[in-house]
Amino acid sequence: MDPEVRVRIQTSADVVIARQQGRTLASRLGFSNSNLTIIATAISEVTRNIVEYAKEGEVRITLVENGTRRGVRIVAADRGPGIADISVVMRDGYSTGQGLGIGLPGSRRLMDDFEIESTVGKGTTVTMTKWAV
Amino acid sequence: MAVPILKQGHYLIASIQAALSDKDLVQLRDDLADLVGRHRARGVIIDVTALDVLDSFATRTLRAIAYMTKLRGAETVIVGIQPDVALSMVQLGLTLEDVFTALDLEEGLSFLNERLQMDGRHGS
Repeated sequence: MDPEVRVRIQTSADVVIARQQGRTLASRLGFSNSNLTIIATAISEVTRNIVEYAKEGEVRITLVENGTRRGVRIVAADRGPGIADISVVMRDGYSTGQGLGIGLPGSRRLMDDFEIESTVGKGTTVTMTKWAV
Repeated sequence: MAVPILKQGHYLIASIQAALSDKDLVQLRDDLADLVGRHRARGVIIDVTALDVLDSFATRTLRAIAYMTKLRGAETVIVGIQPDVALSMVQLGLTLEDVFTALDLEEGLSFLNERLQMDGRHGS
């Protein structure tokens, strides 16, 4: 199996597929079950945002190396409406949708590295990595 | 996939068998809101042992189920949250405030029996 998974995200069923495939791929790095659950949960949050706000997009999950470290990187990208002020959406409890406003700040807490890039009218890309010990 | 809901005495038991999409969770919420009335249930147990992820949407929906059934006169208990899932929920920042939880189905049943003072006679 190639150390990369791509899942097109359009429906809530795709969110389940993405987190299951991400868990399976990450399990090749010897993550603990707790960390696999954490990775799957973060994938669930960022891909749901695609369904809710952008209607469609894609998540790419890859195994990456940085020196002696190996990890799993998740890139969730869409061409949706974008986010005007990222600092606001990274605040706990802020949501313009039906969510708890916890998805993005929560995912940042779950993962080791977390970046979000967004342009209004162009789309949003979330890149996050969990490193295996 | 739809979640099977069993009626046992005055209780409804929703036993989740596999991963649920947001759509499945909303279906479960609507089914339970309906069945609580139809079966005059006093208690609801949702067994999430089979779930390997409880994210913000799932948590919000479970909370909504607990509040909705309460308004319909029934208490809900969530049972079987796995240790890895519990850890992930805490790190994500999720809470199930005001929602009853129990370790497993057995504990959930005895919790409801005590709470509804049925001593198990009517509950099973």
